[in-house]
Amino acid sequence: MSIGHTLLGLLESGPRHGYDLKRAFDEKFGHDRPLHYGQVYSTMSRLLKNGLVEVDGIEAGDGPERKRYAITDAGITDVDRWLATPEKPEEYLQSTLYTKVVLALLTQRDAADILDTQRSEHLRSMRILTDRKRKGDLADQLICDHALFHLEADLRWLELTAARLDKLREAVAR
Amino acid sequence: MKLKQWSADLGMGVRFAVAGGREGWVRMLLTAVGVGLGVALLLLTTALPNVLTVRHERESARQDLTYGAPVPAKGENTVLVGMSDTTWHQKDVRGRLLEPEGARAPLPPGVDRFPAKGEMVASPALKELLASDAGKLLRERLPDRIIGTIGEPGLLGSQELAYYAGAEHMVATENSTRVVRLTRFGDPHPTTERADPVLIMMTLVVFVVLLTPVAVFIAAAVRFGGERRDRRLAALRLVGSDSRMTRRIAAGEALAGALLGLVVGTVFFLIGRQVAGSVEVMDESFFPSYLNPSPALVLLVAVAVPAAAVLVTLLAMRGVVVEPLGVVRTAKQARRRLWWRLLLPLAGLGMLYPMVGNGRSHGDFNQYLVIGGVLLLLVGVTALLPWLVEAVVARLGAGTVSWQLAVRRLQLSSGTAARMVNGIAVAVAGAVALQMLFAGVEGQYTKDTGQDPQRASMEVDLSDRSRVAAGAREFARTKGVQASVAISSGGFGDRRRDPVSTAGITVGDCTALRELAHLPSCRDGDVFHVPGDEDAALRAFQRPGRHGFIDPSYEGGERGREIPWTVPAGVRQATARKDALQSGVGGLLLTPSALPAKASSTLYHQVYIRIDPSVKDADEHVRNTAAHVDRLANTWNWTTTRQSTRFTSLRTGLFIGAVCVLALIGASLLVSQLEQLRERRKLLSSLVAFGTRRRTLGLSVLWQTAVPIALGLLLASAVGLTLGAVLLKMTATPVTVDWTSVLSLTGAGAVVVLVVTLLSLPPLVRLMRPEGLRTE
Amino acid sequence: MTPPPGSLLAAEDLRKAYGPTVALDGAAFSIHPGEVVAVMGPSGSGKSTLLHCLAGIVPPDSGSITYDGRELAGMTDAARSALRRSEFGFVFQFGQLVPELTCVENVALPLRLNGTSRKEAERAALGWMERLEVDDLKGKRPGEVSGGQGQRVAVARALVTGPRVVFADEPTGALDSLNGERVMELLTDAARSANAAVVLVTHEARVAAYSDREIVVRDGKSRDMERAI
Repeated sequence: MSIGHTLLGLLESGPRHGYDLKRAFDEKFGHDRPLHYGQVYSTMSRLLKNGLVEVDGIEAGDGPERKRYAITDAGITDVDRWLATPEKPEEYLQSTLYTKVVLALLTQRDAADILDTQRSEHLRSMRILTDRKRKGDLADQLICDHALFHLEADLRWLELTAARLDKLREAVAR
Repeated sequence: MKLKQWSADLGMGVRFAVAGGREGWVRMLLTAVGVGLGVALLLLTTALPNVLTVRHERESARQDLTYGAPVPAKGENTVLVGMSDTTWHQKDVRGRLLEPEGARAPLPPGVDRFPAKGEMVASPALKELLASDAGKLLRERLPDRIIGTIGEPGLLGSQELAYYAGAEHMVATENSTRVVRLTRFGDPHPTTERADPVLIMMTLVVFVVLLTPVAVFIAAAVRFGGERRDRRLAALRLVGSDSRMTRRIAAGEALAGALLGLVVGTVFFLIGRQVAGSVEVMDESFFPSYLNPSPALVLLVAVAVPAAAVLVTLLAMRGVVVEPLGVVRTAKQARRRLWWRLLLPLAGLGMLYPMVGNGRSHGDFNQYLVIGGVLLLLVGVTALLPWLVEAVVARLGAGTVSWQLAVRRLQLSSGTAARMVNGIAVAVAGAVALQMLFAGVEGQYTKDTGQDPQRASMEVDLSDRSRVAAGAREFARTKGVQASVAISSGGFGDRRRDPVSTAGITVGDCTALRELAHLPSCRDGDVFHVPGDEDAALRAFQRPGRHGFIDPSYEGGERGREIPWTVPAGVRQATARKDALQSGVGGLLLTPSALPAKASSTLYHQVYIRIDPSVKDADEHVRNTAAHVDRLANTWNWTTTRQSTRFTSLRTGLFIGAVCVLALIGASLLVSQLEQLRERRKLLSSLVAFGTRRRTLGLSVLWQTAVPIALGLLLASAVGLTLGAVLLKMTATPVTVDWTSVLSLTGAGAVVVLVVTLLSLPPLVRLMRPEGLRTE
Repeated sequence: MTPPPGSLLAAEDLRKAYGPTVALDGAAFSIHPGEVVAVMGPSGSGKSTLLHCLAGIVPPDSGSITYDGRELAGMTDAARSALRRSEFGFVFQFGQLVPELTCVENVALPLRLNGTSRKEAERAALGWMERLEVDDLKGKRPGEVSGGQGQRVAVARALVTGPRVVFADEPTGALDSLNGERVMELLTDAARSANAAVVLVTHEARVAAYSDREIVVRDGKSRDMERAI
């Protein structure tokens, strides 16, 4: 995820202090990993350098100086362009799981066990996500669903692989 | 163009029906079996007039009663025929003794040679009976060696019991009906009886009553599997056929079922024809060859049934808008309206009304009005019933779970329920009307015999005039006989020939005479006078000392024995008993020794027997004795009434028909019930899963059938009673309701419901097995 | 082996064959009060048969099933039916609502089968329909409501008798994911608040995620993932 574009987008609603930006980001997108303030600072300097934001004012006080940032027209155009560019679908062509399954088959281990264990682990994550989804607001739900659907996709692959283990065993043995 | 479109669509429907996979075949088979049953019944019914004709022809071809025609002289071409009919367990056995008098003596139909004395030819059914254990007692009565069987031309039906036995030294007398001399068999004066208008009307009504439910049934049969078919048609609409095309395709499917039904029906008919040839219903049996329907009627059936199938489907589809995405039964359709439904029966009544009071004296009834009126009334039942079911079911509340399930289902599809019951309702309505008519008219066609079964249970008329004394002793010894008296009677004229006054003389022992009259006292040798219907001269002739002749001769008749006798002194007066064994007791009553010995042979002898009802087969033993004493003896059981046989056969026909129709409709109810259950397999299993008792579901199936049938029977009884009353009015007979027949017919309808429910229980239980939940 | 202590419903070494097809081949199962257990596995693995056996709908060929200390195999068909009526609730994929009855009558049906009067049964039914947010459908027939609504009516019916175990066989199989999740949420919430156990047969992971743990059935054999780890 492009943090720079996200922060730019947050600035579109109005100028903010760096700390405000961090808080807004954490609240909306940083469910798992809150942003380091240092990361905000470095990102904002890069955006300043590129002319996508400008300093709207500085509040002097105790501690660090507090700059208020505002988005520039170039910044708005940049956000537009970012939103309009489709993300490249990720292809998980070389997954660890696949490697584990093939390795298990090669070494005469029980690949079905590996798959079952993995499924159990996936389901554990899915349960946690589902639980959070039930307790959270709409934003929570959407984010959890995104993760759930990805996990589900993994699981579907697991089921399919489990159903094709015999064929895979033959192919690997050759 | 239009025709082409029609035939293309119909053809497509036919193809759909044939190519519908397993489901399609099952559905079409159901329809075909349903239609087939109907067609078979139609064919059988249309063959019925032919049956009556052929039976009548066969009957007159073997006719040997001469009805007082002059006895032909004995010759090369004559045969003596003795009547030795008997009865076996309420079944008539036609018996004839044959004595050919020359080389060219005629053979009766179906017999290829004369049996000698001690031999007989028997019908196949009698032969079988005699050979069986059950027929042992009868074998004692008919001991002759069986040398052959009577062929089909000599029999009325396959199950008829008949035999021709050889005999010797039979005597044909002028006024005897026991022995006749014939030059040929066959009715000498084949007459067509002038048909009674009332009987014709009743026959017409019987046919209409039998055929209407069959038609109703066929109409219902082409709708078998309707719901699934509707779904398939919706799929057709989805790929772009318009609603008219869809209707025609549906009609085509029905047509396929109906055509196959014709084939199935023909097969059923042929089977039924064979079966009809080997069974016996109400003492009537047939030969398969009787059941040949006339070609015109066959053609009519072959055209009318498929045409009706198409028409019915087109009509039924009017209520169903087949929409591309499923079937919308014109839901919440306008409530059924009553007024036009009432028009039908009212119109029927209107057609019958002008004939009220006609009776049999005003000539023939207008056949068209009779058929039309009865038909409209009966069809009125089918029109009224859906309205009635809908109106009543909508008001039914929810009771127990089973009741709730049934009522809700009926509320959702009262039309289907009514359609299934229509057949039964029409059949019962017609049958109730007819039974009422029969019961009402019965009096006119039933003769009161004046016999009192309390006084004597059996009567044996001996032909042999000499063996009475020995015979009477034999009867007294017979197993199961409580009491028997022998009474002989003859005439005593005042002149040797053509007497002016003839007194009746009755001879019997004191016990016997006491059965006839109140005697002051009695010893053998006594003579009594019982005043009867006599004028002064006749009364004077019976005074003591008067001379006369027993068995005088009459002009044109055979010569009597003319035995002179004098009324003895000491004739005492006696009065006839009101409940005398013989009616019209009057004249001289003689104890045996008062009669000149040689006069005994001139008298007619009757033996009256009271049997012990607790002894099994007592009457069969009596008949055996009678046959032993005198093969030409007539034996019969005393009954209070005797029905006209024409009338009996009509009534028999109705019963056979009603039984067939009810069974048929029961079968169709079962088929639709099973189909419905099959469609709900999944639902039934899930109901069982959450613990529904089998009893609950079984009861709901029962209610679901019973409620519409109860309504149907109610309506049928009402219409039937109305029709019956009108028909009775038309025959100018006082209207009385024959409640027993109403109850027994509605009871029969109820039995059909029970049987259908019972028969659908095993499949229900099977469908309720949890395996139904499996989807894999 | 003995059932795990405290379990409400437990089965050991279940075997069941339909003709030549072996559906269960030594499967085991256990569930505690208030627990939601998902039964997963590929189609044809014997999931549904396991559910049918556990619910006493189909008697297994061999093996033991204990419910609340009682052995199901020893019970008569009538006794098992009575148990299903009073202690168990059922939700299937589709085809379970009686089409002629209105929704509220459908929900009231299990109570009425237990002999509750119609009025009382329908009042209780309406209460459950409110909880499942379908009380506005009470007068409608199942044919007139959407799939999701119908399934919620079915859930209300499964819960109306206050069952201790609810058996759900692919309850969301015929629904889109939004409706499916709503049904699962309502089902598990209601079951948990009533301390009822739920046996949930499904092949969808996102549905199984509503469970507390899962059991995998493959070729008629079961594998309890919690105890396996």
